[in-house]
Amino acid sequence: MKQQVLVLYLASSALDSPVVGWSRYDGTGRTRPTTGDSDEPPYPTGLAALADGWRLFQASQLLPPHPGHEYDTSFLKHEFFFEKL
Amino acid sequence: MRVRIYQHRAIAPHDTPLRTPYVRRMPTTKHLLTSVELARFVARGFLRLDGVVPPELNEEAIATLSTGIPAVPYGTPLAEAFPQNTFIPRLLTVPAVAGALESLVGPDPTVDHHAVHVREPHEGSAQDLHADAIIDVRPDAFDVQLMYYPHEVTPDMGGTLSVPGSHLRHVNETDIGRVQNLRGQTRLTCPAGTVVLVHHGIWHGGRRNDTARRRYMYKIRFNPTVPQVRLWDTSDLHDPAVTAELGASFPWYEQATARLEIHNRVLLWRALTGDDTFDIDHWVTRVSNRPALRSHA
Repeated sequence: MKQQVLVLYLASSALDSPVVGWSRYDGTGRTRPTTGDSDEPPYPTGLAALADGWRLFQASQLLPPHPGHEYDTSFLKHEFFFEKL
Repeated sequence: MRVRIYQHRAIAPHDTPLRTPYVRRMPTTKHLLTSVELARFVARGFLRLDGVVPPELNEEAIATLSTGIPAVPYGTPLAEAFPQNTFIPRLLTVPAVAGALESLVGPDPTVDHHAVHVREPHEGSAQDLHADAIIDVRPDAFDVQLMYYPHEVTPDMGGTLSVPGSHLRHVNETDIGRVQNLRGQTRLTCPAGTVVLVHHGIWHGGRRNDTARRRYMYKIRFNPTVPQVRLWDTSDLHDPAVTAELGASFPWYEQATARLEIHNRVLLWRALTGDDTFDIDHWVTRVSNRPALRSHA
């Protein structure tokens, strides 16, 4: 049983908000996803991935900004990991 | 060698003359960028110049880049970096290229480094998404990287992936590599002779080349040696299109962080113009308002 992983980056911390970024890693070796290989996300929202059978196993924490760095921007904040086996 | 003197005039009263020593730059025969174009660069982190390099130089480029290019010590003044009339100085003096570069980094930059990037035919994987060098958080200065494509880049050739509006997000090199795709990303396709100028912080990566042809790209990074203030043609500084460009959003932005992006662009635009009153929709003014306590005695 080999794991397929889907990472969705959402527009807010709500799981049913729109997908703004995505990555796939395929432990079965049947596909070779890579950087910059598609312009359209596999699902419109995180909830749509659940509805298609993906199992959520990690969501990014809600962390307050470090004092003095409230306006800094960096990685996408709302990262959700899904799997299929 | 510089052969032209810029025309200057004192800034007008509405350009906050008491707050800045800088002057407005007027149009010259140089191909300087406009304020609207500069604002687009500040918002997007890159500027495309499609097909600006003439065909004869593109043909020369393939041969030159195939045989390799000599290394240049870090920090070499551009004027001393290459023998005159060889390929690279001829590329950099194409008027549209020279004007855009001078608008962004000013006269007499130094060469950080340069390299030929090749995506081999049917290369198996793409580069991880990354920002070049190391994390670079300068709020009022930036390096510019010139990317030159001597031949047409078709969709399958692994043209550079870049993410518009990512340049002000602080990441360290490939720490962002987990992310494969973002809405609104640019998978570069372009005609031969295209030059793309990018802010040092732009997220990018070479894509997988699924064709039988080598894909060449020449990249050179410039460090400014002068304050990057009003280096472009500022005659349109108050064009409403400037604000419109600076306020652009991109499909991959999270709803809340998108507002911080505008805030941060305002700060960069203030630094580039010397105008510390500029704002968009009160984003910076609101959160920096600290009225002094008044005595009621």
